[in-house]
Amino acid sequence: MLPELSREEILRYSRHLLIPEVGLEGQRKLKNSSALIVGTGGLGSPVSLYLAAAGVGRIGLVDYDVVDSSNLQRQIIHGTSMIGKLKVESAKARMLDLNPDIQVDTYNEPYTSENAIRIAQDYDIILDGTDNFPTRYLTNDVAVFLEKPNVYASIFRFDGQVSVFFAKEGPCYRCLFPEPPLRGSSPLARRWCARVLPGTIGTLQATEALKVLLGIGEPLIGKLLLYNALDMSFDFVKLKKNPNCRVCGPNADIKELIDYEAFCGVPSHDHEEGSAGDDLDVTAGELAERLKKNHLKLLDVREPHELEISALPNAMNIPSVSLQDV
Amino acid sequence: MPLLRIPTPLRTYSNGQSEVSVIGTNVQEALTDLTTQYPALKPHLFNDGGDLRPFVNLFVGEHNIKDLQGMNTPVRDGEKIMLIPSIAGG
Repeated sequence: MLPELSREEILRYSRHLLIPEVGLEGQRKLKNSSALIVGTGGLGSPVSLYLAAAGVGRIGLVDYDVVDSSNLQRQIIHGTSMIGKLKVESAKARMLDLNPDIQVDTYNEPYTSENAIRIAQDYDIILDGTDNFPTRYLTNDVAVFLEKPNVYASIFRFDGQVSVFFAKEGPCYRCLFPEPPLRGSSPLARRWCARVLPGTIGTLQATEALKVLLGIGEPLIGKLLLYNALDMSFDFVKLKKNPNCRVCGPNADIKELIDYEAFCGVPSHDHEEGSAGDDLDVTAGELAERLKKNHLKLLDVREPHELEISALPNAMNIPSVSLQDV
Repeated sequence: MPLLRIPTPLRTYSNGQSEVSVIGTNVQEALTDLTTQYPALKPHLFNDGGDLRPFVNLFVGEHNIKDLQGMNTPVRDGEKIMLIPSIAGG
């Protein structure tokens, strides 16, 4: 039994109600539906705004980070007044301002093998808006085990990808990408992206989520959308279930959530990214001392555009990209 | 000649080219020609044993070569081969 719409809701959603594919019943379906958004960053921003505005009845937000000024060039759900506040609380406040008729549940914690099933089990769909490989594999496996659609989007520099991975009806993320890039082996393991790109791709992700929840159109199940902002190109490719998939194939050997950081060889949390590892990090003060005492040769492997932001005096610069070619 | 489409992260190694015309009648030949033209791409596509890295997918037209004939999948003149990497930004 679908919930009724109040008079205020009928007025709020009147433009939706006039679309035959949505109508009163579709809007009631949305009110009755729930979506979990993993990550409230670049992709999570437009996704949570549009799902809230569209009237998805219950939306869950998972993020453990706080709003930083460097987020604001692309994470448009947050604002300058929210710097230092929890991202989930900042996003919730904006979503409820946009639409007070919905329910927003917040999970201010990292999404991990320990809590993911508990968090995700009560939602109809899961939206992957994370920014790292371990959490992407985790999000996929959770969706496979709980038999829920995983509305996937991913971005890097000027490239974007969108799909709906739903193992009951088509391939999962692991069918396409059985293994992540090796740490340090590939420029693909990095994560920087253009400013507007998460808006473009996140909006497409929200579109797919609404189609799945409404049961209309042809969601990108078994299809991958590839977008390139520099070329302004959209390409589609067909995806098939991988018979050797370790999580959704007939001989799957992964039956429960694993240690995804170990599987991917990288941490899933931003804060550790600047670390070279235990006992390998040197603070600026320590480096200054060592440079004074010894005749160290300092090699800076950052790229020229990074050096423009801040360069170290007397360091030799060989970008890591060139080093990999040697 | 078939056209190989390069995703932005790998364009650093293809002299900024988004599409590269390659000589070859199948995917293997096309990739050999690509990495001859741009040797810096090779370690990002192949492991030390010469096998395609598992996080790199190749599509001919709309289809994954894994669903066709793998590296022996034939390619025609003007046909597009797409390199689809796994990316994780969000």
